[in-house]
Amino acid sequence: MLKIGDQRFKSRLLLGTGKYPSFEVQKEAVRVSEAEILTFAVRRMNIFEATQPNFLELLDVSQYKLLPNTAGAKTAEEAVRIARLAKASGLCDMVKVEIIGCDKTLLPDPVETLKASEMLLAEGFIVLPYTSDDVVLAKRLEELGVHAIMPGASPIGSGKGIVNPLNLKFIIEQSSIPVIVDAGIGSPKDAAFAMELGADGVLLNTAVSGAKDPVKMALAMKKAVEAGRLGFEAGRISEKEYAVASSPEEGMVTS
Amino acid sequence: MTIQLNGQPVELPEDVKNIDDLLRHYQLENRIVIVELNHEIADKSKYTQLPIADGDKVEMIHFVGGG
Repeated sequence: MLKIGDQRFKSRLLLGTGKYPSFEVQKEAVRVSEAEILTFAVRRMNIFEATQPNFLELLDVSQYKLLPNTAGAKTAEEAVRIARLAKASGLCDMVKVEIIGCDKTLLPDPVETLKASEMLLAEGFIVLPYTSDDVVLAKRLEELGVHAIMPGASPIGSGKGIVNPLNLKFIIEQSSIPVIVDAGIGSPKDAAFAMELGADGVLLNTAVSGAKDPVKMALAMKKAVEAGRLGFEAGRISEKEYAVASSPEEGMVTS
Repeated sequence: MTIQLNGQPVELPEDVKNIDDLLRHYQLENRIVIVELNHEIADKSKYTQLPIADGDKVEMIHFVGGG
């Protein structure tokens, strides 16, 4: 079970809801993924096209935990404003702190992220900051009292997978709160790898929404996360330099 | 009356007097929408008690797909 704050989740896959080819495909992808936590962005309505359907309104929101992000914020104050707006919907108490510090890499601003996390914790939010894979930053955020830490595997939407497994492993080993690998996952092997490293969960979006068949990829990611987690719990064998025979060396029929 | 709605000037009919009227005017009363009036989040339970006046800044916010 994944435990965030005082809530428990069966699924360790968190799914983003951006950039799907259609609502139908998205709905089916969400269903087969069995994800319980879905991320959303907070934006101005286009009131002149207000009759357009909205994905959230097509979902049975009682079945999911909504995780609004603060994407678009560049400062702690902007992130706090977005988080308050999201909470005012009455639909969520969690927030993914996402404060971009660089437009080209979309890497998070560590100073503003730390500041926003502290402000939001003081207001009673369940705070999940998206961070770089900085070990000390993760420690500082945990000391503040955040409810999970979400280090990126590689830049958002890049699909490059886990570029620094060592840092992620350090973060996971030192952390006593859930570590959810967020951003940069490209394929099921990346998701499985994150889980084998001991991550408590994986958050991904483009890897599914941008796949040729998003529904099939959603299923693949579900299985990859489960397989990676089982592998981690089972404890893998250690690597050896040379071969070690798996068949007995006694009673050979030759010689 | 003219207000700034989501950053754009809009002209409203006479009978739109409060936030509740405004949502009805745009047929948003049953939608998931968060309203900010002059930079303050509007309490859902008080929409009928929140009057809007000429020059007010109103933001209508919702959730969209995102990662």
